[in-house]
Amino acid sequence: MMRFDRLTPITLGCVLGAAVLLAALNLLTPAASAAHVPNFVISLVGKYLCYAILALAIDLVWGYAGILTLGHGAFFALGGYCMGMYLMRVIGARGVYADPILPDFMVFIGWKQLPWYWQGFDHFWFALPMTMLVPAVLAFAFGWFAFRSRVSGVYLSIITQALTYALMLAFFRNDMGFGGNNGMTDFKDIVGFPLNRESTATGLMLISAAVLSAAFLLARGMTRSRFGKVLIAVRDAESRTRFLGYRPESYKLVVWVVSAIIAGIGGALYVPQVGIINPSEFAPGNSIEAVIWVAVGGRGTLAGAILGAILVNLGKTWLTNAFPEFWLFAMGGLFILVTLFLPRGIIGLFMLRGGAARPEAAADNAPGAAAAESAARELAG
Amino acid sequence: MSDPLLVLEDVTVTFDGFKALNALSLTLEPGELRAVIGPNGAGKTTMMDVITGKTKPDSGVLIFDTDHDLTRLDEPAIARLGIGRKFQRPTVFEPLSVRENLLLSLAGDRNPRSMLWAREKASERERIDELLTTIRLVDDRHRRAGDLSHGQKQWLEIGMLLAQEPQLLLVDEPVAGMSDAETAQTAELLRDINRTRSLVVVEHDMAFVRALGVKVTVLHEGSVLAEGSIDEIQDDSRVIEVYLGR
Repeated sequence: MMRFDRLTPITLGCVLGAAVLLAALNLLTPAASAAHVPNFVISLVGKYLCYAILALAIDLVWGYAGILTLGHGAFFALGGYCMGMYLMRVIGARGVYADPILPDFMVFIGWKQLPWYWQGFDHFWFALPMTMLVPAVLAFAFGWFAFRSRVSGVYLSIITQALTYALMLAFFRNDMGFGGNNGMTDFKDIVGFPLNRESTATGLMLISAAVLSAAFLLARGMTRSRFGKVLIAVRDAESRTRFLGYRPESYKLVVWVVSAIIAGIGGALYVPQVGIINPSEFAPGNSIEAVIWVAVGGRGTLAGAILGAILVNLGKTWLTNAFPEFWLFAMGGLFILVTLFLPRGIIGLFMLRGGAARPEAAADNAPGAAAAESAARELAG
Repeated sequence: MSDPLLVLEDVTVTFDGFKALNALSLTLEPGELRAVIGPNGAGKTTMMDVITGKTKPDSGVLIFDTDHDLTRLDEPAIARLGIGRKFQRPTVFEPLSVRENLLLSLAGDRNPRSMLWAREKASERERIDELLTTIRLVDDRHRRAGDLSHGQKQWLEIGMLLAQEPQLLLVDEPVAGMSDAETAQTAELLRDINRTRSLVVVEHDMAFVRALGVKVTVLHEGSVLAEGSIDEIQDDSRVIEVYLGR
């Protein structure tokens, strides 16, 4: 059953190889050396890897189940907030107000007691599963209602967008107890490692690469199983699967929750590396941008999502430095160009060439291609 | 005489005041092959929708296999009971291969968790090979279903129906768009299937219905107008009136 495919080892090799190489060049070379990789590059790469985890999560639901989510940033941000709560709690008495229990922002708004939902977050072993559980519970509740009532297509996309927007507004409020507008920042350390030390940054980047690889293998395993074939069937002919005895809503719900968990882990890794989490992470624009990464890389290919996230963000880093006011136009233009001329994304370019030489590969890649086609139709229409 | 396989009694479906089915009653015996004909808008497709759970009737009784009340079940539940449906326009899973289409259709567990760990069993492989022979797609088994010809897609869909191991198959216009040779082969295939299963075939093509040589039900304005052999039907004055206009 398992067909040979080159894309998997290439993807894993690139992600892990590049991460290890960059880490080595950062830690093992003297700062004056030409081969030295500076710290800011390490933290940028770490950030890109977290974005790639989010993109992977989106591709899983959009590419294989046809759920065009415009709100996946919500799960990413919730995972991030859970991690942020842990990082806030472990600051302890080292905060500006030196309160051993209450985070600074709570002291600032005059709270005397830690809210119940902050209990336990001083333990890493508690916070870590929460970064997965909280997004999973929200995704389950949302998906259970949405998929059972057979909401799909544009309507579903709009609801996902509303979901993340509503969360953003909620998290902006000070009395929610998550730091309001300013969010959480000034983190000191994570499981005892100071966040300002370069080896900690390098370690987090390496962990992000490892988590991305694991998430990639998980997503690949899911999409290649018979479950994945049913998902594709649901994506392309949902009502037909019902008459075969499948319940499409159960399949969508499973993949939706798994995807939310992956996004949550991405957010949890993101926060210690960028050093801040605030409600702007829920901004609808973030989620839309993440969908564009997937479209650029190649929807329904998994590897394409990773490639797209990294390439688009490289471009963004460069452009926002060189021509800050130009970025939004560039991204809009990129999206239009990819939709019109590269419906299978960048990965599609390689698949087309490889596919002509190897008919086996063509059959293998067909789901991705079809996904891209229907994506193009969706986006054009 | 055994109990009937499917009973429809006074089934009524209304869409915005229009009676798509008007107190329709129909009984199907186990092992029967029944042809259903009727002019456009007679309620043929609505009848299929009601039996498969896509549409809920406003009133009436729908009993399958003596003790299953179909009005209380949804599509997947009805499909799992053993009622398969072939749509007028062939609907196969285009990005998947012919084999994969059959694999997903094979009777068995349908819950997501077991599908995550499912491995292809030897019995499944054998069953798929059998089906591929039946629907004459052995050489195309690794092709993308979307690349098949129209006729081949129709056959693949019939194969998918058979894979479900249904007791009853509902087949909507199986020969629409088929060549004469394919039509004749399809009639043969359906009669073949009928050796082990019951079928309801909706069709416009009179030559095809004649070739099937079975009891015919004529629907008109949502209820049964006439029932009998094809010769009786063609001599029935009411049927002639409906088909030729008044």
